[in-house]
Amino acid sequence: MNWLTQLFAAGRTPGNRVLPFVTVLFAVTALASMANLLLPETSPLHVSTYTITLLGKYLSYAMLALAVDVIWGYCGILSLGHGAFFALGGYAMGMYLMRQIGDRSVYGNPDLPDFMVFLNWDSLPWYWLGMDQFWFAMLMVLLVPGVLAFVFGWLAFRSRVTGVYLSIMTQALTYALMLAFFRNEMGFGGNNGLTDFKEILGFDLQSDATRVALFAITALLLGLIYVVSHLILKSRMGKVIVAIRDGESRTRFLGYRTDRYKVWLFVYSALIAAIAGAMYVPQVGIINPGEFSPLNSIEVVVWVAVGGRGTLYGAVIGVLLVNYAKTRFTAIMPEGWLFALGLLFVLVTLYLPKGLAGLWGQLTAGRQRKADTALPQEAHP
Amino acid sequence: MKHLLAMLGCWLGLLLVTPVVQAANTPLPPTLEPLLEALVDAKLSQAAPVLTRLEAEGGEAILPLFRTMLAGDLYYIKASKRVIAVTEMAGEETQLDLLSGAPIDRLSKREISKIRVNNSLRGQLRDAISRLQLGSVSASVREAAVRALLSDLAPGTLDAIRVARLNEGSADVREVMDMALALNRLNTATEAADRIEAIAQLEGSLEGPVRNALNRIADSDPVPQVQQAAQKALVGIEQRVEFYAFIDQLFFGLSLGSVLLLAAIGLAITFGVMGVINMAHGEMIMLGAYTTYVVQLLMPNHIDYSLWVAIPMAFIVAGLAGVLLERLVIRHLHGRPLETLLATFGVSLVLQQLVRTVFSPLNRQVASPEWMSGSWEINPVLSLTLNRLYILAFALLVFFALMLLLKKSSLGLNVRAVSQNRDMARSMGIRTGWVDAMTFGLGSGIAGIAGVALSQLTNVGPNLGQAYIIDSFMVVVFGGVGNLWGTLVAAFSLGIANKFLEPVTGAVLASILVLVFIILFIQKRPKGLFPQKGRAAE
Repeated sequence: MNWLTQLFAAGRTPGNRVLPFVTVLFAVTALASMANLLLPETSPLHVSTYTITLLGKYLSYAMLALAVDVIWGYCGILSLGHGAFFALGGYAMGMYLMRQIGDRSVYGNPDLPDFMVFLNWDSLPWYWLGMDQFWFAMLMVLLVPGVLAFVFGWLAFRSRVTGVYLSIMTQALTYALMLAFFRNEMGFGGNNGLTDFKEILGFDLQSDATRVALFAITALLLGLIYVVSHLILKSRMGKVIVAIRDGESRTRFLGYRTDRYKVWLFVYSALIAAIAGAMYVPQVGIINPGEFSPLNSIEVVVWVAVGGRGTLYGAVIGVLLVNYAKTRFTAIMPEGWLFALGLLFVLVTLYLPKGLAGLWGQLTAGRQRKADTALPQEAHP
Repeated sequence: MKHLLAMLGCWLGLLLVTPVVQAANTPLPPTLEPLLEALVDAKLSQAAPVLTRLEAEGGEAILPLFRTMLAGDLYYIKASKRVIAVTEMAGEETQLDLLSGAPIDRLSKREISKIRVNNSLRGQLRDAISRLQLGSVSASVREAAVRALLSDLAPGTLDAIRVARLNEGSADVREVMDMALALNRLNTATEAADRIEAIAQLEGSLEGPVRNALNRIADSDPVPQVQQAAQKALVGIEQRVEFYAFIDQLFFGLSLGSVLLLAAIGLAITFGVMGVINMAHGEMIMLGAYTTYVVQLLMPNHIDYSLWVAIPMAFIVAGLAGVLLERLVIRHLHGRPLETLLATFGVSLVLQQLVRTVFSPLNRQVASPEWMSGSWEINPVLSLTLNRLYILAFALLVFFALMLLLKKSSLGLNVRAVSQNRDMARSMGIRTGWVDAMTFGLGSGIAGIAGVALSQLTNVGPNLGQAYIIDSFMVVVFGGVGNLWGTLVAAFSLGIANKFLEPVTGAVLASILVLVFIILFIQKRPKGLFPQKGRAAE
């Protein structure tokens, strides 16, 4: 029961506001789901399936933002390549969904996805084997990005690649993966990626109930990840991680193996991103190499920056605000979105270094004359 | 009338002195008139003998007509049966009377008719043109003419070559002519010894027709000794061909390296010297490329000189953008590299969208000036494109100019001082803010110049900069931050590695492999190939 009291106590500390966050998240999810399923379409309170799917997409993004916030906000590792883990998780899920299409594809081949028939392949490549099993696919969702993050992190942190070097390396990683996945010979659908999914675990992906269920599961997972992340960061390990952010050499001299902490946190973060990708694909219905593009990964960083890094709820707020703005903007004036996004980058870094959550903190601190949420300046590289 | 005749004489004189390059403009001797009428009247199948007689009687004067005919631009006026050339230049049609060489009033499509050519006539025309050029004044034209004739050594052609051989003054041309004669001997000699001698003469030649003939002989000559000789000669030739293919690949690698160097060298200054990550660096390159485009729009009649205007303009435009960026954004983020990275990334998005809005998201075509197009043909298997050659030289020029600037000028001294110890430099009275702005402007300006060079190689579009930014970072990181020599070595080694991997793995996989290699390399040597040592290091 100790962790439960801890959890409730955490709800009151200014850091992460676990209880209010989880309450609001689940309440909104429950209300939106019921409004979609129970209310008739004519009712003014009815929530359309489009909105449900959009919300589900936002919540997947929120997971991805949490992943970036955990390493950037708490450990000072700016990854410009988290889209890679997101997309890898998405591809693993996409492969499972692709195999579920069976003979309902355009070419009607029960064993091969359409694009392989199109390329005149006569059998599945070895890495597609087993992907028709849900449990195996879900294992791959976690395993592939996890191993990649471990290898990359182990190599990078062991040789003390830090700061902007690491950022550029992560960007190069996702860029290389993007180039690779664009190749038809890779066997992942090339340019078009994987799409035209029919069902998941036997449930029709187009039906309202499945959509609501996916949305609810995403919300549930987001809540779970939020709580787990909070517990990790509140634990002894979390303290060391923040210490690494604020003074890595000093922490190392105190006797902590900083590289190990960083590697495990990096892997944890990559796993969150992978789960986010796996939840994103069935709701959006497509995964293509564009998800690997460096721009996508860097957009995640701006969500976190806007919301406020170093606070978990800040990352989620940032996702919702920026993505809502993006949805509106691209509908009204598509030309303006990149202007807005670009200016957002500049203005947030110049005037809101701690994001909106930090703004709130600054305002309350101004009233109380207490700087308990102050985020220390980043150490020089 | 006298005037006209005098002018005609002048034209004729000119014709004899200069090899004819322009399609028309030069009159024909009036004696050819009946033959031309015969050409007009002849059906496709009857045209060949007429052409032969035209070649024999017209001599070099008939070249423009043959060229016009080969291009399919030869027409005749239905009423008078006079031949005219109809050419289109810059969307405007011009009609020339070939007999007098003077432009005529435009006739409508209905009043003229085309003189048709088929493939066999085209072949005959090509050979005839080459034969006629054997008498040209310029040695290079004569040499090219003989080479063009190699693939089709008809008896008439051989006679022409033999005659020309007697009076040939240039040793190079004689050599090619000997090769043609030897090739003929190889093909026609009945004695095996003759053929072996011909093979010995042809040894080492890289010409396509020679290799084809040797291949044929090596496979199917009735005498085994001849076959062996041919095979031996072929082995030698193949070795030379492979060597030149290697040089060719090396050249492409160096060319890619020069592009990388141009793109990365500005970054080496801003990132290496100032320690500022400028994600908008690629967009500075893009600004330079668009400046070239705009300059060409402003001076459409002087494309040949436009680059000389574009280079300083691009430097100024991109440099100013850089100074503005430094003053407005980067200055406020000093000592916070990750935030600088994000803010400049935002700027790059804004600049990209700005270009999309102003110029359209489509690629823009930038014309190459005359003197940059074409290629330098060293031998039949190796020709280097001129624009790549110039850009290679230009990249090195920019590099050494920049080195000189940093080593010898007072700005360079200040820059180095600030990069080594900012506080100390400031206490010595250096205005660090000003130095920062100038350094940033310099780095960005060089990116702009890189844009001018890139506009000559690729399409100019809003994504131009993005395509190079990751590669440029790799070059700087690989070479070692703060070390321009490292950047030079890194750029060329990455370029060459890329081009040598490409034939084995394909272009995309090659760039992936290079990226992965650098990622692994950085693990091993985090400070790059040439790390800074001593006090400057920290």
